[in-house]
Amino acid sequence: MSRPDVKLQFETAWKYAPAPESTDHVRIDPQYELFIGGEFVAPRKREYFDTINPARAVTLARVAKADEGDVDRAVAAARTAYTRIWSKLRPAERGKYLYRIARALQERAREFAAIESLDGGKPIRESRDVDVPLAAAHFFYYAGWADKLEYAFPGRRAVALGVAGQIIPWNFPLLMAAWKIAPALACGNTVVLKPAETTPLTALKLAELMRDIDLPPGVVNIVTGAAETGAAIVAHPDVDKIAFTGSTEVGRLIQRKLAGTKKHYTLELGGKAANIIFADAALDQAVEGIVNAIFFNQGHVCCAGSRLLVQESVADEVIARLKDRMETLIIGDPLDKNTDIGAINSAAQLERIEDYLRIGQSEGADFYQSSASLPEKGYWCRPTLFTGVSQSNRIVKEEIFGPVLTIQTFRTLQEAVEKANNTPYGLSGGVWTDKGAKIFKMTRNIRAGVIWANTFNKFDPTAPFGGYKESGMGREGGLHGLAAYVELR
Amino acid sequence: MQLAVKPWTPHLPVLDRVTPVDEVGVEERVARFGTRSIKKDAKIHALKLALSMIDLTTLEGQDTPGKVRQLCQKAMHLHDAVPDLPHVAAVCVYPTMVKVARQALAGHDDIKVASVATAFPSGMAPLSVKLEDVRAAVAEGADEVDMVISRGAFLAGEYQRVFDEIVAVKDACGQAHLKVILETGELGTLDRVRRASVLAINAGADFIKTSTGKIQPAATLPVTLVMLLAIRDHYYATGRRVGMKPAGGISKSKLAIQYLVMLRETLGEGWLTPELFRFGASSLANDLLMQIVKQRTGVYQSADYFSKD
Repeated sequence: MSRPDVKLQFETAWKYAPAPESTDHVRIDPQYELFIGGEFVAPRKREYFDTINPARAVTLARVAKADEGDVDRAVAAARTAYTRIWSKLRPAERGKYLYRIARALQERAREFAAIESLDGGKPIRESRDVDVPLAAAHFFYYAGWADKLEYAFPGRRAVALGVAGQIIPWNFPLLMAAWKIAPALACGNTVVLKPAETTPLTALKLAELMRDIDLPPGVVNIVTGAAETGAAIVAHPDVDKIAFTGSTEVGRLIQRKLAGTKKHYTLELGGKAANIIFADAALDQAVEGIVNAIFFNQGHVCCAGSRLLVQESVADEVIARLKDRMETLIIGDPLDKNTDIGAINSAAQLERIEDYLRIGQSEGADFYQSSASLPEKGYWCRPTLFTGVSQSNRIVKEEIFGPVLTIQTFRTLQEAVEKANNTPYGLSGGVWTDKGAKIFKMTRNIRAGVIWANTFNKFDPTAPFGGYKESGMGREGGLHGLAAYVELR
Repeated sequence: MQLAVKPWTPHLPVLDRVTPVDEVGVEERVARFGTRSIKKDAKIHALKLALSMIDLTTLEGQDTPGKVRQLCQKAMHLHDAVPDLPHVAAVCVYPTMVKVARQALAGHDDIKVASVATAFPSGMAPLSVKLEDVRAAVAEGADEVDMVISRGAFLAGEYQRVFDEIVAVKDACGQAHLKVILETGELGTLDRVRRASVLAINAGADFIKTSTGKIQPAATLPVTLVMLLAIRDHYYATGRRVGMKPAGGISKSKLAIQYLVMLRETLGEGWLTPELFRFGASSLANDLLMQIVKQRTGVYQSADYFSKD
């Protein structure tokens, strides 16, 4: 219960001064080529596209557009590297290369973090503290497995698949590259990777890094481009495995194309996770959990907790505290160390989010945004809440992929489970309660690949990650992640 | 519609219904405050604000009138080499030194005299003795009284007794402001810290304070955050603003600024004032001064340039 005339005031006389991360150590070339066979080579048709800094809506660099022929060259380079070098290398040697990649990533962490924020719009606090360290951690983790596969699969012989075609999204560009490349190489595969067209720069910097640490040519090839480039990888007859992270829509297209082929595949797709808060939870920490669940990386997170389910008796209190907390979230320059919420990744994504904001309001939902002022240039969206919604609202059913939270209440545990599962997705979920037994009851009954208890959006290379239902097939990370890159004999 | 609100009166709440605290979550939140980068003008503002919030403290058995007078001199003249410095909020002494401090601060009504009381630091005395202790300090001229709760009674679950004691002390304080020391280093869990905060606030505390400084750990960021959240809940329920005083263990500017960041992002503008936030500290003032001089001149001065009183 709270008095209506009482309100905390977060507009303060003491303001934080700008604290921009220095970019003196960052080198971005005006133009990037394709990384094929250990060298940067121009695309055959000499076509390029711009990659944009979404916080300023200015071009950062021109990037090569790979067509079918370029993809064919890349696959050929990967095949040659596989048959001549990588498959013949002692497993411990593969591990050594992975360790070198991991260490080099740590050494260049500041540059990678700054470029990730410049190209993708995410706050430097996240790229510095989450994306880059986790990417290095993935290489370290899978480096350790390279010569221990017989222990990962006791009694079986794990054989590499060959050439892996990997297509990754724009929300965690470097981290997704690490998720894909590290287990593939550890298991003895070679790679053709396509970063997303809006965020290719850290993958290209990673290519420079691979060259600098003397990774044998062709083991990792990076081809940039849009949907057609990805389609060419999926369709290429000499690719043995497709690993895709992205939208469910594209995932369906890929699965359709791969049906009836010998290609192995893993798909990590969309989500619409329920974040469930019981009345007995540590409510202030749960509010922090809501913020981490939906406003982390501007909500561009497939496992975001985008549907809040809060027990009726504490709903008003939780929403009031959440609104206070949202007032303290700083939106702005991704390179400022104090920024909590950066830029929306692209004009197209902003348009998509704004469509949903309109849909939500026209559906009659109550709309709330924090009062933060937004920069004039670039693509921005205030943290947003929708209350007064039900399971049938489109904003509750469909993945928005932005800083937009829908809030529903529930009375009983059964009702929470039912609402949580009433979605075609099943990637993640969150449960907040002070009772251990309730946690286990919930995690047994919610059909999602990852469920966090009293926390959210925690990642570790040892933990498998992946979805139920339309959130995907297969698992990445941990031992499960190895299984996706070997054939067991 | 404006609801009619009853005036607030002291009462013991049902402590079993106090919101639970997740220690891991609190530590994560605190770590976030630590990543705020406070530079340039923002830093100078924070350093000066922190200076103005200090309860300059000496609580030693070996305190002498001379030492207390020196402390008061420091309170009035922090570092005259730098213009436009604020003065500290208060000096904090034992009851027997209140009179000395009062005289030394004559003409400086804006610097308060705070006195610890209620058989500080252990609180292990009969209530009648504690109340006499308080009355003596107030009679000598204390503007503020820092009491300790009976941790033994609190840990034993005798909440009503602890509550009644605070109510009685508050009554004995008269016009003097009451700070209630929870001695969080002896409470063991953040859940107990939150309950003790709720209890003290509802018993009439004007301020809640972490520690005596005699027990380790003294003030920490997680403990202070939990206490700030209890203050926030009371504010939303009643409209009454209760103050916060972390004490002990805060000797560096960087840490003090982290406390202020936490305060700013938890309670906001209303609490960024010495009226509602204090640092119980002795050596913090000189570190803040050193940083202020560094911000002005670009170089650190030797510690010998700052008076140690």
